[in-house]
Amino acid sequence: MEQALTVHRLHFAFTVTFHYIFPQLTMGLALLIVYLKTKFLRTGDEHFNRSAKFWARIFGINFAVGVVTGIPMEFQFGTNWAAFSKAAGGVIGQTLAMEGVFSFFLESSFLGLFLFGEKKLGRIGHWLSAFLVWLGSWLSGYFITATNAWMQYPTGYSLGAHGEIQLASFWSLVINKWCFWQYAHTMTGAVQTGCFVMSAVGAFYLLTHRHQDYGRVFVKGGILVGAIASLLQLFPTGDMQGKLISEHQPITLAAMEGLFQSQGGAPLAILGQPDVEKRKLDNPLEVPNMLSFLTYRQWSANIRGLDAFPEDQWPDMIPLLYYSYHVMVGLGTIFIAVMCLSVLLLWRGKLFDSPWMLWVIMLCVPLPFIANTAGWMTAELGRQPWLIYGLMRTVHGVSPRVGAGNAWFTLIGFTGLYAVLAILWLFLFYREIELGPDPDDTRTAAKIVAIAAD
Amino acid sequence: MGTIWFCLVALMITAYVLLDGFDLGAGAIHLLVAKTDDERRQVLASVGPVWDGNEVWLLASGGTLYFAFPALYASGFSGFYLPLMIVLWLLILRGTSIEFRNHLHSAVWEPVWDFLFCASSLLLAVFFGAALANVVRGVPLDSTGYFFEPLWTNFAVGEEPGILDWYTIMVGILALLALIMHGALWVQLKTSGPVSQRSAGLARRIWWAVAAVTAIVTAVTFKIQPQIKANLTSWPWGVIFPLLAVAGLAGVQFEILKRDEHKAFLASSAYLAGMLTSVVFGLYPNVLPARNPVYSLTVTTAKAADYGLKIGLIWWLFGITLAIGYFVFVYRNFAGKVSVDKDAHTHG
Repeated sequence: MEQALTVHRLHFAFTVTFHYIFPQLTMGLALLIVYLKTKFLRTGDEHFNRSAKFWARIFGINFAVGVVTGIPMEFQFGTNWAAFSKAAGGVIGQTLAMEGVFSFFLESSFLGLFLFGEKKLGRIGHWLSAFLVWLGSWLSGYFITATNAWMQYPTGYSLGAHGEIQLASFWSLVINKWCFWQYAHTMTGAVQTGCFVMSAVGAFYLLTHRHQDYGRVFVKGGILVGAIASLLQLFPTGDMQGKLISEHQPITLAAMEGLFQSQGGAPLAILGQPDVEKRKLDNPLEVPNMLSFLTYRQWSANIRGLDAFPEDQWPDMIPLLYYSYHVMVGLGTIFIAVMCLSVLLLWRGKLFDSPWMLWVIMLCVPLPFIANTAGWMTAELGRQPWLIYGLMRTVHGVSPRVGAGNAWFTLIGFTGLYAVLAILWLFLFYREIELGPDPDDTRTAAKIVAIAAD
Repeated sequence: MGTIWFCLVALMITAYVLLDGFDLGAGAIHLLVAKTDDERRQVLASVGPVWDGNEVWLLASGGTLYFAFPALYASGFSGFYLPLMIVLWLLILRGTSIEFRNHLHSAVWEPVWDFLFCASSLLLAVFFGAALANVVRGVPLDSTGYFFEPLWTNFAVGEEPGILDWYTIMVGILALLALIMHGALWVQLKTSGPVSQRSAGLARRIWWAVAAVTAIVTAVTFKIQPQIKANLTSWPWGVIFPLLAVAGLAGVQFEILKRDEHKAFLASSAYLAGMLTSVVFGLYPNVLPARNPVYSLTVTTAKAADYGLKIGLIWWLFGITLAIGYFVFVYRNFAGKVSVDKDAHTHG
């Protein structure tokens, strides 16, 4: 069973990591498309409308991959994690079903209208359809985060006669305090992905001297929204998320920080390699007292290290957890620097004459995807060895009858299929960038499917 | 409470089959009724703006099943592990082939997606039919409440059945035939010219096969699942479900002859709804019958606690009302026949 457990974990980790590449961009772009459509409504400048259309095409490709890779996620709760589903389905099934009923119907219905129906809907109607697509995608993010938040910090449940976990308070599930900050933190992360992608494409156009009017719109919109999002990512959302972890998952905090010994005035490790056997951090580069200050706003406060907890409660992959967390924080810091410096240059009127800055913006494009992934890895690895924190261990949640052989079979299948999907996505994405936002360009290949009225 | 949710989930699955059923049917006949690039674009345009919303009914049914009957979700999904994963892969191929095909115009691009669209739709129809047949036949549940079925064993309806045996394959074929008819009637309704004519011809011819296989499957099913007969005896009013199916099937042929495209499609919907509700009625109170009836999961043993189910009823009614509203709005905007316009410049 031990071997099957590893494969089932890998199965979920791989499929969810790959899946989340797409929704983060979907949710980020959805907001930016509403921003562009709003700008168009208010200024009447056709550039904004064409920009919105250009991003809607990319959104369409991205959304399709997000949808098809998302369905396996819901299924896997039942197929690979049957014991977990049987025990907790009455609670987390609620939020998952609500996601389908409240957000997917909204999203899918209005995306079709947004992509195909501009002429029919008129200006306001088209703006409204963009708005509803945004609302649908962000609601979907909410329900998924609420599901995860409940697994991190279970509330509003009671235990039934056979150990099944029953819903006892609907509102504690839906308005979980953990969910609020986790959602805000996740959404600002998604917005940053959208902003970096949009401004990177803009920088690419400016650096290659093509579609320069649009390039400026993309860079400007991307960094203005991105700067706000990168600051919110750190404070208050990241800070509050950290507080919740220190309060409710202190073991996770110690593992994330690589703090093996409890101490007053604990340092914050910037770099270093955790050595779990020897219970120490190798080659540490540390800021003295900083961890105590960040956690309790007191320089000398005592922080419990891993030694304060029984070893069977420790997360089982401490080094990976430690690196995920450090990569997330490190990249988040870089994002603040890049975005704020770009805004400063924009404000001084120098951004578009500073090719080096545009180069930086362009080359940063993979980083937010990595940071978002690392963030989710921190959340999920940090929750270990629990599947539902304090209630059910991961080892007890797996499907009892699905062996390692069958799980490997489908994991390999998904790997192959997703490799093909990734190549297609990159290819079609790049092709849209090459075709550009200008409708005057010859698009011999493209033919619209117009819907004849009555 | 369990019975209410049993009916609601059945309703959602029926909605899924009626809606995504025509997408799958259109996919299955794609290569047959559309020969040129423009004709294939017509078929794709007839499902393009709606397939995703239709597929959401599957997701929403899954989610609803999950919270209303967690034990069923856990047992059924892990027991049907392999076929469900294959269904997921096919859904991925189906969705991407609809969305990616029209991005590029090349002799090595469209044919790949046309083939994948057709093959994945076809196989999905067969697998969905076989899955339903597995539930009807019963699965090898034991005292733990779990089971695991390989894809096939010896193709016999025995104590250790596989996903595919002679009965489930037969139902799979019926599902394919029925969805081809359903899809052909949809394509006929939404397109014009040769595509519409070929679809009409196909629907008319395949009707005979649907009628014949329906009769055989019905006869065999009464033998394989005795609960159906027992339910019809205890609640004779349940006969309205099979009658709906028969009336729908007769209606299809009648309306095809009268050349009423709308009513023919609606009749086909009535047939599918009648077939599915007959099955659901026949299985009650089982949600997942076992080969050994002692271990069958029923509405009472599989359901979640009442508090959650009551709360769920409130938001579910509200949410589904909204969803139906969106669908009415979207399908109204999408009313009429599609036309493929070569001059306009984008396709999402």
